[in-house]
Amino acid sequence: MASTDAAPKLYAAQEPVFPKRVSGRYRNLKWIIMIISLGIYYITPWIRWDRGPNLPDQAVLVDLGGRRFFFFWIEIWPHEFYFVAGLLIMAGLGLFLFTSALGRVWCGYSCPQTVWTDLFFMVERWIEGDRNARLRLWKQKWDFRKWRLRVTKWIVWLLIAIATGGAWVFYFADAPTLLVDLVTGQAAFVAYATVAILTATTFIFGGFAREQVCIYMCPWPRIQAAMMDEHTITVAYRDWRGEPRGKGKKRRASAEAAIASSRLAGPTIIGQEPGSTSRAVPEDQPLGDCIDCMACVNVCPVGIDIRDGQQMECITCALCIDACDEIMGKVGMERGLIDYVALTDEKNERAGNKKVPIWRHILRPRTLIYTALWATIGVALIVALFIRSELDITIAAVRNPQFVTLSDGSVRNTYDVRIRNMTAEDSTFRISLTSEEALRVGLEGTPTLMVDVPADETQLQRVYVTAAPDSPAAEGDRTDLRIWVEQVGETLRAHQDTTFIGRGGS
Amino acid sequence: MTDHEHSNLHPDDPDTTGHSWDGIQEFNNPLPRWWLWCFYATIVWGIVYTVMYPAWPMISGATPGVLGYSTRAEVAEEIDRFEALNADLRTQITEVELASVNREDTPELYNYSIQAGASTFATWCSQCHGRGAAGVQASGYPNLLDDDWLWGGTVEEIHDTIAHGIRNEDDPDARWSEMTAFDDILTDEEIAQVVNYVLDISDQEADATLASAGETVFLDNCAACHGDEGMGDRVLGAPNLTDRIWLYGGTPEAIEETVRHSRFGVMPSWSGRLSEADIRATAIYVHGLGGGE
Repeated sequence: MASTDAAPKLYAAQEPVFPKRVSGRYRNLKWIIMIISLGIYYITPWIRWDRGPNLPDQAVLVDLGGRRFFFFWIEIWPHEFYFVAGLLIMAGLGLFLFTSALGRVWCGYSCPQTVWTDLFFMVERWIEGDRNARLRLWKQKWDFRKWRLRVTKWIVWLLIAIATGGAWVFYFADAPTLLVDLVTGQAAFVAYATVAILTATTFIFGGFAREQVCIYMCPWPRIQAAMMDEHTITVAYRDWRGEPRGKGKKRRASAEAAIASSRLAGPTIIGQEPGSTSRAVPEDQPLGDCIDCMACVNVCPVGIDIRDGQQMECITCALCIDACDEIMGKVGMERGLIDYVALTDEKNERAGNKKVPIWRHILRPRTLIYTALWATIGVALIVALFIRSELDITIAAVRNPQFVTLSDGSVRNTYDVRIRNMTAEDSTFRISLTSEEALRVGLEGTPTLMVDVPADETQLQRVYVTAAPDSPAAEGDRTDLRIWVEQVGETLRAHQDTTFIGRGGS
Repeated sequence: MTDHEHSNLHPDDPDTTGHSWDGIQEFNNPLPRWWLWCFYATIVWGIVYTVMYPAWPMISGATPGVLGYSTRAEVAEEIDRFEALNADLRTQITEVELASVNREDTPELYNYSIQAGASTFATWCSQCHGRGAAGVQASGYPNLLDDDWLWGGTVEEIHDTIAHGIRNEDDPDARWSEMTAFDDILTDEEIAQVVNYVLDISDQEADATLASAGETVFLDNCAACHGDEGMGDRVLGAPNLTDRIWLYGGTPEAIEETVRHSRFGVMPSWSGRLSEADIRATAIYVHGLGGGE
């Protein structure tokens, strides 16, 4: 019964994590994903896409000032924001799908926090050395060498951070122009501020906060935990195979040889010897496959021991699988002591049943429903994309006043017609109307019925509809009419129904 | 009290905080220290902010803050900024021929005029003419949307009306005319005759006998201003009596009231209150409402 009178410490310093370099199939997958995602991020704003003389030639451009979003051949106007909403819903459902099937696979492979932290680790390893060298450096006094290494590392990090923040703003303006402006000091304040803020967050989150972001700042892990179930495949330690861990008498020689020949094994805490976390196992008891080499702990970027079971810190980066597989290979045992497994596998494997194939875990009603929902929205968006017209109109009847009596006794209604010319050409549109009653159409400011609308712009045109004196429409209550807007010489046309109000209506 | 110790707990569990209620203990999972620093930083930020910016409510007003910032000053600054941006257009509009401003040739100037005119109209004109510029039918506030104008509907004429007003003493250039009140001049019979004549020429139901007798009365008394045909005269602001638009109502009763007691609609002069640029923008706006000539 240990007892102290000292008050408990409610706050603790961050324990630095020094993950060891590892290689293997999941590490390779992570490298590939890192190259692809960073490549997309940095290169996309520089891709050119010819849209003719009236529109920008940047393939992906969020033009906030002009209120347009360009994505290769697609141009989104503000009133088509449902495309963005649809994509966000798809992103959400996609996360549900992947999480229920593969756990926190987003966290482990493609979350920007993971990708950039991985990149920063790479730089750190390159400059300061691997785990043991970094541990030594961390413990030692601040001499010239330590300063030199640290400052070099920080400068490289800072350059990456500036490139990261810098790339972001290129999505919002013409990239080549903005680059020149940024370098020559001509760019807008908001551009510099954005670069500065994103540089700071990248530098701090990738270099120092690291796993703290995932554990304390990010809400996703909590939500994802609620979306996993017993069929979800996630990174886990087969403790039914590995325990009790230890080297034992019989295999001590091969275990120690494996540890000695692998860079990965080693003490988890400075000064401790390998295997010190082993529980006391009687020498005559049969041992599990785990030789307690600590390789899985040494490579973990969030500083946990996967053998303690699933933990909220685990981002399922799968590097412990690679590390353990390497050691198992050296000891001559089957790989997969740490592996992607589902919760139901434990019962199965303990009972010695046949392995459930992975597709049986993944294909289940829950994932199929997520997939169906996700695909439905995707198909709907694609269909919407192809059937949408490049001409869009809205007609607002001016109802203050409802109608105007002219000097000859005719009755006039006014409509505000907004014509959105979403083509890349300056176009002329003819306005006409159809109705069962005789009505005359005219435009404000021009004796013709033609409206010129520049490419990619909106034009508001006031339209007058007049009923002759004593005609049924003039003296009646309401008359239905349809206003047509047709592109001259081309095929685009649009119409909208509205109502003509006569004297009988008041 | 048994502090910081486990009882019947898993050996891997963290320490407790030492709090124990009915045997229920609290694990101590310490928060990261940087989190605590962030918390302190927000407190420091709060203090600095209340010193720098207006914050603490006092009996009259709030502490101003050492930066001297105020939202009101910011708005004033914004207004100045936009005024400066529009300065060129406002100079231009006072210099150009009003009739030459249109969407095709001078789109920027035209758009500015419509926007500025609309907001000036909403602020100063809508009280009488209505938010939609439809006036108040039959009550003497003219509808500005139709094609009937007492004093002319070209943009220049509209500009003069706005600048100087109608029948006011403040502006020597105000449009001025005054209809005679015929109550003491004409007999009741003559008034009935002329009312029926006016009803007749404006295509309304009228007593034919009275109307034909009224023609003489009209020619003798009314035609000087309203014209022999009753078509009115814009120089005098005399309304056209043959059309379907009646500023004070076209019923026999309303016409008789007008003949007996006359009307005296007024409009203030705006040249002293609004800038020339605003008056011109408003003229362009009103001209574009559907009735402009």
